[in-house]
Amino acid sequence: MSLKSSTKADFPSGSLPKSPTGITGLDEITAGGLPSGRPTLICGGAGCGKTLFSIEFIAHGALLYGEPGVFMSFEEKAEELAMNVISLGYDLDQLQRDKLIKMDYVRIDRSEIEETGEYDLDGLFIRLGYAIDSIGAKRVVLDTVENLFSGLLDQSILRAELRRLFDWLKEKKVTAIITGEKGEGMLTRNGLEEYISDCVILLDHRIANQISTRLLRIVKYRGTVHGTNEYPFLIDGTGISVLPITSLTLAHDVTTDRVSSGIPSMDKMLEGKGFFRGSSILVSGTAGTGKTSIAASFIHEACNQKKRAIYFAFEESPLQIIRNMRSIGIDLQQHVDNGLLEFQASRPSLTGLEMHLLSIHKMVEMFDPQVVTFDPITNLITVGSVSEVKSMLMRLIDFLQSRQITVMFTALSLNTIINEQTDEGVSSLVDAWVLVREIESNGERNRGLYIMKSRGMKHSNQVREFVITDEGLSLVDVYLGPEGVLTGSARESQQLLEKTGVVLHQNAVNRKDREIERKRLVLESKIASLKEEFESVQDELNKAYVEEELRKEVIEKNREQMTRNRHNEQ
Amino acid sequence: METKEEIWELRLYVAGKTAKSVTALSNLKRYCEEHLKDKYVIEVIDLLVQPQLAEGDQILAIPTLVKKVPEPIRKIIGDLSNEEKVLVGLNIRPAKKTE
Repeated sequence: MSLKSSTKADFPSGSLPKSPTGITGLDEITAGGLPSGRPTLICGGAGCGKTLFSIEFIAHGALLYGEPGVFMSFEEKAEELAMNVISLGYDLDQLQRDKLIKMDYVRIDRSEIEETGEYDLDGLFIRLGYAIDSIGAKRVVLDTVENLFSGLLDQSILRAELRRLFDWLKEKKVTAIITGEKGEGMLTRNGLEEYISDCVILLDHRIANQISTRLLRIVKYRGTVHGTNEYPFLIDGTGISVLPITSLTLAHDVTTDRVSSGIPSMDKMLEGKGFFRGSSILVSGTAGTGKTSIAASFIHEACNQKKRAIYFAFEESPLQIIRNMRSIGIDLQQHVDNGLLEFQASRPSLTGLEMHLLSIHKMVEMFDPQVVTFDPITNLITVGSVSEVKSMLMRLIDFLQSRQITVMFTALSLNTIINEQTDEGVSSLVDAWVLVREIESNGERNRGLYIMKSRGMKHSNQVREFVITDEGLSLVDVYLGPEGVLTGSARESQQLLEKTGVVLHQNAVNRKDREIERKRLVLESKIASLKEEFESVQDELNKAYVEEELRKEVIEKNREQMTRNRHNEQ
Repeated sequence: METKEEIWELRLYVAGKTAKSVTALSNLKRYCEEHLKDKYVIEVIDLLVQPQLAEGDQILAIPTLVKKVPEPIRKIIGDLSNEEKVLVGLNIRPAKKTE
């Protein structure tokens, strides 16, 4: 503990000090690495990666964690080992010259050795001790110590000495890896697990349906919590990477940012803004419904927004996709040239599911995209059972969501009943599900697009007709009438019909207007003549009245005159 | 005999003066005096003093007797208590028979 306390300051006091292996994923499932200052047994069959595992432990220790290491090989010569791992970027010779590691090849040749009487393995101890002290090693690998069993006859001495060796390694406070070949009915051929009880890791190489999968399991690890599942691991150009099968919690960050689908009319169905960033979208439909086109337009839009994207193609080659998408006005080549888009095309049957998942992980970690698409996930079913595919996709979605990557899957559904699940059963995992369905009527097939679900937003519940044109994709409102949903040419003829109707209606309205006008004119002329009539009657009446007045006046005048005349006469 | 002129170069690897080492050395000296008089050189290497020498001769067990000359190289591990095995290992028995 005292020896390691300086480097393990980040672990809570009292917990087991650990030495990180630097192997991707393994340090997560072991919560920090292998137990410091204790031996760990790595066992497994031939070719399962024990030696590579050990070399990575030593090389990472030397390069990343400042812990020099001794690699004692009982199987392969140091030069052979160095040659084997140079392709992974580990220059063991240079590390040896830098006094960061020490390789020691222990050769045991039965034909040269004669045994008489008592002996012990002090020679090995001294050799190892000398190697450790000469570079101040903190890590030791013994690969494969079991070869001693075939080299030495006296098993009882050997067993006692091995026990002493492991105790001695503990005393030396070095973190050790001891590898062992898998035996019948037990972890190792010679029962090494009896001596090493702190940490045992089992590597396995399993073949199912002619597809091999490498698996790692922590059989035991005293004094600490650890993952107990079988974890698939991958050996590739960069060494070993282990993939935790399930993320422990569902605690992703979420965001309300939106990502456009690349089809403006589809965005309109999604509150006018598109999908949530970091969500998972499933596009399913029967063959030839344009799933790939939707995926490509999604990617195209993301790249136009200067986002990085990966297109995982399981069916077509990148050039094929680029060519086909050009025909609908989507130029993906420019994004590839700009370095924004990366194609990753592989046949699903190339590797097992777990390997696919791992390579996707690596690819995503390397390229760091904001948008990825898988086209189509249906083909994965050829390399695994439904539940395996589902578990893989679940982990994939978890992984992508934890990195806030928006993902679009396409899936081929084999039935035409819309409410059925897709074959992969991922529809419950995804956040949004777009379904493209063929609608067959009047001797033609048209595409209807629905948004089956879209978590966390008020999406349109309507069916749209999905049209692929030379300029791209768009959605058209379908005609919903008494005859049901009309699409394609039926919709167009219905629209024409409606147009005719409008013209006819306009015509009718116009005619009515004219009639009213005419009626108005008739009425108005009638009113005018009546008015004339009234005026003449009024004139007549007025004339009589004036005459009366005049007569009255004249009579009055006359009477006055007569009165005056009479007075004058008197 | 062709072996007549040869000198047995023997190296005994030990780690300190343990009981096994002492036994081995005394056994070896006895056999050599008996069968290889004046035809042998014994070099005792204490790995506690010179640990770097363990790698060169591929030493694992202690004590180990290494016969470098005459060829072939042979190793005999243990306290050398079985005289016959040691002599066979050192290729001595046939040489003695011809004398």
